[in-house]
Amino acid sequence: MARLIRTEKEVEGNYTEQWIVVDEDPVEPWPAGPREIVGRPLPRIDGAERARGEAVFTADLQLPGMLHTAVLRSPHAKARVTRLDVARAVEAAGVRAVLTPDDLDVLTREPGYQGAAVAAIAADTFDEAKEALHLIDAEWEVLEPLLEPDEAVRRGSLIDEPERYDRGDVERGLAEADVVVEAEYRTQTVLHNSMETHQSVCRWEGDVLEVYTSTQFIWGVRAETAEKLGIPEDKVRVVCHFMGGGFGAKNHPGEYTFIAAELAKRTRRPVRCALTRREENLVSGNRHATIQRLRVGAKSDGTLTALAGDFVMAVGWRGFKSWTAGPMKMLYSCPNISTIEYGAKINTGPNAAFRAPGFVEGTFGLECLLDELAAKLEIDGLELRRINHADSDVMEERPFSSKNLMECYRRAEPHWERRHEVRERSEGPWKRGMGMASQIWFGAGGPPSYAWVRVGSDGRAVVITAMQDIGTGTRTAMAQIAAEELGLPVDRVEVSLGDSARGPYAAISAGSSTTPSMGPAVRAAAHDAARQIIEIAAQRYHLEERVLSLKDGKVVSTDGGAWPLEELTGLLEDAQILGKGARGPNPTGMRVLTFGVQIAEVAVDIETGEVRVDKIVAIHDVGRVINPLGASSQVEGGIIQGLGHTLSEQRLVDPTTGVILNPTLDAYKMPTIADVPEIITELIDVPDEHLTNLGAKGLGEPPIIPTAAAIANAIRDATGADIRSMPITRDEMLRALAEAKEKTRGAPAAV
Amino acid sequence: MNRALTVNGQRYKLDVAVGRSLASVLREDLGLTGTKLGCEEGHCGACTVLLDGIPALSCITLVHMVDEREVTTIEGLYDHPLVASFVRADALQCGFCTPGQIVSASALVEANPHPSRDEIRHAMAGNICRCGAYPKIEEAVLTWQD
Repeated sequence: MARLIRTEKEVEGNYTEQWIVVDEDPVEPWPAGPREIVGRPLPRIDGAERARGEAVFTADLQLPGMLHTAVLRSPHAKARVTRLDVARAVEAAGVRAVLTPDDLDVLTREPGYQGAAVAAIAADTFDEAKEALHLIDAEWEVLEPLLEPDEAVRRGSLIDEPERYDRGDVERGLAEADVVVEAEYRTQTVLHNSMETHQSVCRWEGDVLEVYTSTQFIWGVRAETAEKLGIPEDKVRVVCHFMGGGFGAKNHPGEYTFIAAELAKRTRRPVRCALTRREENLVSGNRHATIQRLRVGAKSDGTLTALAGDFVMAVGWRGFKSWTAGPMKMLYSCPNISTIEYGAKINTGPNAAFRAPGFVEGTFGLECLLDELAAKLEIDGLELRRINHADSDVMEERPFSSKNLMECYRRAEPHWERRHEVRERSEGPWKRGMGMASQIWFGAGGPPSYAWVRVGSDGRAVVITAMQDIGTGTRTAMAQIAAEELGLPVDRVEVSLGDSARGPYAAISAGSSTTPSMGPAVRAAAHDAARQIIEIAAQRYHLEERVLSLKDGKVVSTDGGAWPLEELTGLLEDAQILGKGARGPNPTGMRVLTFGVQIAEVAVDIETGEVRVDKIVAIHDVGRVINPLGASSQVEGGIIQGLGHTLSEQRLVDPTTGVILNPTLDAYKMPTIADVPEIITELIDVPDEHLTNLGAKGLGEPPIIPTAAAIANAIRDATGADIRSMPITRDEMLRALAEAKEKTRGAPAAV
Repeated sequence: MNRALTVNGQRYKLDVAVGRSLASVLREDLGLTGTKLGCEEGHCGACTVLLDGIPALSCITLVHMVDEREVTTIEGLYDHPLVASFVRADALQCGFCTPGQIVSASALVEANPHPSRDEIRHAMAGNICRCGAYPKIEEAVLTWQD
């Protein structure tokens, strides 16, 4: 029976309370541990298709008569368009339509960042569209941009109201402390750089708009596009079978979709609007920079008495301030906490969610601060983290649905014990050390999410749901879950996804939520189909339902009978067994979070400032693991992105003009295969007994969260230098070393 | 202008404008969309193809400069053991860079069937994978003959 319930929905740390209808989820959780298929490593079922280049991405789509779009973008960070004459462009070879701010409200005459879209041209080829851009007669009144986030806060240029949080009395907590550490940390703006740039192809079929798009949220694009165009949602069909990476930047339709939709409407032809790599790095989002002014107080036994943070986020012209104070509020048990977060509105491109937005940045600040505290207190870093472990949720005073962080710490011990030996291997200018950092994040997923399972007379099953696999391997995980429940070999299960016209509503692939949202719905649908098969089998074989089950592609009875599934379903001819399932509610009154710890091992050349990361050990608690192979890939990928964030990646902005200096992939330094350290992954793999019929949480984001702090803390262990700013370039490393030398002048050497 | 192009053993006669890239001709004229475009300026490696067995960036290779050299794209490596080893090792996530990775790796193992980890890292450093499948790409190339 469907129930109307009030539930919490969380995406990327944002909670909303909402009414939803959920079907009862009658499916009993599986016991802990690997099962026949779930919990065992499986290469991804669409792997060969992707590897052979057969998978059709949005970028590969070629529709008959398709036009291509070039966009006139502001070369200035802040300007006013004083003249915009498109007459010559309209007449140019191959041009089919031109849009100006008079035609579409995502185009602007008052650009607030370099790259803001001003006009758009659709032509037969992309080259013709680009050529025609030169024929637009535009004049710009260049205005002085506001670029410095602290200055923006001073002037009151804010994205929204500052967010203040207070628990207890921080000043009293600091007064009670035996040791206080105060430090300012800075993180830089980094760019997502998904390999497939943001893009859509739009085509009108009658009054239905088809949107082929590279997206993390098919249903979100459908809803937002329908709203923008003022048409019913069922008049928008969104398709994304394969997409080339998103990392948080593809949660919304984006201006390019609206531009393509309008051009398609005017030309009655399919229109592609695809960002070039350089456009991608100006306008498609970023992880905004932060300034974090932090204080911590503790008793001499290590007990925290106060945590305080003043956070300034360099959001950009639009966007949101990521929840950088989150780790400080949530990670440790501390009676007195005070934070304030400002979102600076400045003349740079809008930010977008980027893999654990805010928590990557906030964990760098908090966990470095905690290590500086540990050094002052002369308490081991692992011990300090145990002393201040939060046994229940400190923000909302609720129990955790499950938390195995102490088990993560226990498993970290054998790695952590090596730190003395590692330090002793320092030689000449190369100093070695180890550091650690803890991780907290969301990852519960939630309703609504639905799936259907269809079993045909050939005894094969299809999972049907309009979700997306953004490269995380969720298609494979869903096949495993359905196969397990149906007792089928996994090669007899197909997964049909990626099309809003072919399947029910499915959750966003963001906030580490695809598996915990969709997995339980798929299992429930498979269970519904399995139940119907058992009912039919009981009648066919004259047995009671309770003695029958499905296993290895057979109907089996407790007395040893076994019949191939296709023998039974073969009786059905064209009839089909249709199961449906819905994601049940999240546990009421509990906090569902993910946890973990990482340990980094580094070598630093104190003469040149070169930093080498030799090894990262990642131990995470994300509930039940569906596919250990895919899960380890997620962990490695998160750490490698974290490594780039820590050591080499940084969007550079001309401080006078606001122009982006490195929008290309040779100038913006992402890790290559030659930069990768040894990575050891350990997952606790204990189901969350309060969370759904699977007990699985999300894993996409947790691995990137503690990497930067673990590396910075390892550098302190190796050299005694306090890293306060990312990326840790040679300049920053040498600055930190010089500062450390200054601090210890006259005192015995710290290293 | 008229050109003849040999791609994956097939001969094509084409009328293409001067200045077009090999990648655009492969993708748009021949429908061989396994060759991906990540940056279109020779920085990411997604568009890697072989010219007479040597890896080349097809996005910055002008089609009229290819001449008689044989072009091999990912479509021409359909049954290459690297496809299976990439899948087995889970050496791909979103899969957008993967065809380019496999094309680069195929040239490496052709020249050096038993590459060391260092040799793999050297040969593959021009192929960016933003998902960070690198550890498993290394594994896939190490175990390509298994």
